[in-house]
Amino acid sequence: MNKLRQIVDKVKPTFSEGGKFAWLHSTFDAFETFMFVPNTVARKGSHVRDCVDLKRLLIIVVLSLLPAFCFGVWNIGDQHSIAFGLDYSFWQKIGYGLVRIIPLYLVSYLVGLGIEFAGAQIKGEEVSEGYLVSGFIIPLIVPVDVPLWTLALAVAFAVIIGKEVFGGSGMNIWNPALLARAFLFFSYPTKMSGDTVWTGGVNRYLAEGTCWFDGGKGIVDGWSGATPLANASLEGLGQQGISALDLFIGNVGGAVGETSVIAILIGAVILVGTGIASWKIMVSSVAGALLVGWLGQIGGATDLPCYYQLLMGGFAFGTVFMATDPVTSAQTETGKWIYGFLIGALCVTVRLFNPGYPEGMMLAILLLNTFAPLIDHCVIEVSTKHHNKKIA
Amino acid sequence: MSNIIKLRKGLDLPLEGAAEKKVLMEVNPDVVALKPTDFKGLVPKLLVKEGDSVKAGTALFADKMCPEIQFTSPVSGTVQSVIRGEKRKLLAVTVKADGKMEAEDFGKHKTETMSAQDIKTLLLKSGLWASIIQRPYGIVAKPDATPKAIFISGFNTAPNAASVSFSLEGQQKYLQAAVSALAKMTGAPVHVSLCAKSGKNSPLAGLNNVEYHYFEGKHPAGNVGIQIHHICPIRKGETVWTVSPVMLASIGKLLLEGRVDMSRLVAITGPEAGAHAYVKATAGMAISDIAAYIPENNVRIISGDVLSGTNVGREGYLGFQDTQISIIAEGDYYEMFGWMNPIRSKQFSASRSYFSWLCPKKKYNMDTNIHGGVRAFMFNNIYGDVLPMHIFPVYLCKACMTSDIDKMEKYGIYEVLPEDLATCEYVCPSKIEWQSYISAGIDLMLKEMA
Repeated sequence: MNKLRQIVDKVKPTFSEGGKFAWLHSTFDAFETFMFVPNTVARKGSHVRDCVDLKRLLIIVVLSLLPAFCFGVWNIGDQHSIAFGLDYSFWQKIGYGLVRIIPLYLVSYLVGLGIEFAGAQIKGEEVSEGYLVSGFIIPLIVPVDVPLWTLALAVAFAVIIGKEVFGGSGMNIWNPALLARAFLFFSYPTKMSGDTVWTGGVNRYLAEGTCWFDGGKGIVDGWSGATPLANASLEGLGQQGISALDLFIGNVGGAVGETSVIAILIGAVILVGTGIASWKIMVSSVAGALLVGWLGQIGGATDLPCYYQLLMGGFAFGTVFMATDPVTSAQTETGKWIYGFLIGALCVTVRLFNPGYPEGMMLAILLLNTFAPLIDHCVIEVSTKHHNKKIA
Repeated sequence: MSNIIKLRKGLDLPLEGAAEKKVLMEVNPDVVALKPTDFKGLVPKLLVKEGDSVKAGTALFADKMCPEIQFTSPVSGTVQSVIRGEKRKLLAVTVKADGKMEAEDFGKHKTETMSAQDIKTLLLKSGLWASIIQRPYGIVAKPDATPKAIFISGFNTAPNAASVSFSLEGQQKYLQAAVSALAKMTGAPVHVSLCAKSGKNSPLAGLNNVEYHYFEGKHPAGNVGIQIHHICPIRKGETVWTVSPVMLASIGKLLLEGRVDMSRLVAITGPEAGAHAYVKATAGMAISDIAAYIPENNVRIISGDVLSGTNVGREGYLGFQDTQISIIAEGDYYEMFGWMNPIRSKQFSASRSYFSWLCPKKKYNMDTNIHGGVRAFMFNNIYGDVLPMHIFPVYLCKACMTSDIDKMEKYGIYEVLPEDLATCEYVCPSKIEWQSYISAGIDLMLKEMA
């Protein structure tokens, strides 16, 4: 066929049963199927199959995350330059952003895929592609200054306890990326929250009096690294000089990928257009957030108009990329409406009524992940009863 | 036209090689086989031995559990061989045809003068009882059962399927006789489903004693299982019978002419077939009889359609109920960076992650490559779009995987046969063998509920 195939065919026996490296069979298989769609033919059932596979669907999800990723990279540089009063050009901001985010990705993929490969090897199965997406999301939902060793621990926890113990991708109850974030949040709260973690270099500067690329000027006087959520009132946002448009565009502090609603919306269009993510979950989650946000506003819990709840914090990112995770979300169509609505409502409820923790998206999604099977159970019970009544 | 049932969900596979409406030749069968494996759950009891001479309509084997159900030879000749597989399982009985087409004489009948018992006895003896399928489970109907209704699907939506209208042109009198007999025998209503668009011209239109239903939609709208689900769903403890139109015509010929005639038009289809047209043949025809239309290269020959037919190979035989032979290429090749290719224009995908949806008229040369590795269920929202039934397909499939009878019942195992979920298997990005799991589930139900 071609040279590459010849090389693969030549080394394949070494990695197959009886070969020298047979213990690396799953790893070899993962790389082989990455390059070549395997020559497996249908044995039973349908003799022809759709050419779509999990690799394709998951790479589309990664593609839809790219706008948020790109904006996030720029925003890391932008926030850093603001904090340290630096006059960065566009490319310098991108450069700084890449320097900060690449280590996060290296840790995420090396640890996560390492465990996945080892797990597949032990079980003698093919490596599942599920971590492709989780590994891409995790660096986008953590503060840029998160210590790499805690990230490694969180990833290991999410993959082993969150996924492998249940049987791997497709069997997990909770979204692995969010589980990693929850692990970080509850195990290392000082490194995951507060006003200083969200901007690159600030924590290190405060601890050591210097950091990379600080320009020797130190932190600008009067600079506050507080995220919009931490100051979630009209007055607080006004003091920071943040408008609704700023929140929509996303040049504010926050986790790497979550700040730009517009970039996330581009991803949402790709996901909905390709039919990969459920628009029902997205719509109902927005509805839930708006309703509780509005109730909170007229009830006096906040002075922010309800649409601010959609623009701040991780709501948009969580709704588009994590609430819609096809494995951990509700599986029935009616269930998706309920599931999405409760996520939005719960997220804003936590934001408004929990003084200790300004963000509710992570907990809302994880909680609803837990209850998704119950929601489905109820929907199916009602639906089958209704169906039986109709035919009786 | 009253009560059109519109089904929005489904998938019409754009496969190359539909058969033109012309008859290429009449196959003079040399060897014909009757395969017990064509009948779900059948334990056969052999009634002949090699060298016996038989006529069309002479019993070759019977159902061990219910010996009055007989399976008869489609042609006259001598029993050539009894083919057995592992553990001496009976796989097929082949008959070397003598070319005379002599048939057992069952006597000409008029439905009006026959009693229900007469009709039943005639069908059982002639071997055409085997064409009546009982649901749930898709087994040969039990003679002592009382079905709540009989369903006939008058059109076929499977990829490149044989046209019922073309195959049964001019056979209305046989169809009418058969329908009347079935109605009289069971006392149950006979439901005929027709395509809303072209149903008027079907030979099955305008029959007496039947209730008509019109369906509009993509495959599997033409599957009788889907139609039953929308007309009169099967509840626990109920049974319904189904008959395919081509076997209905055979029953009609038996009644009116007194002989077993399992001849039919068979569509030769698929991108690799040497010709795309019909041949006149009979149930159990050897594939070698149409070798002229089969290319020499590495192809798969399927008795039935590509979604739920049987791989029979060059040495195989046409299935008892099948009216189509599909020939597609074997896909045992590696495709470099296939899933990364943004366009991949030669492959069809129902998913919008590729761009096939931009060319809705294009036909594709599909092969047997499954285009990926087997994984756990992940994207569970796509199956509902290709299955026009109010059931939860993923839950049903998982219940079958785990052999959980309670859940299988709850999620609708009584209403489906594997073929009804074939579109789910086709679109599955996790490459799960849906039909095998459903089939295993039905086997378990048969064993446990019998």
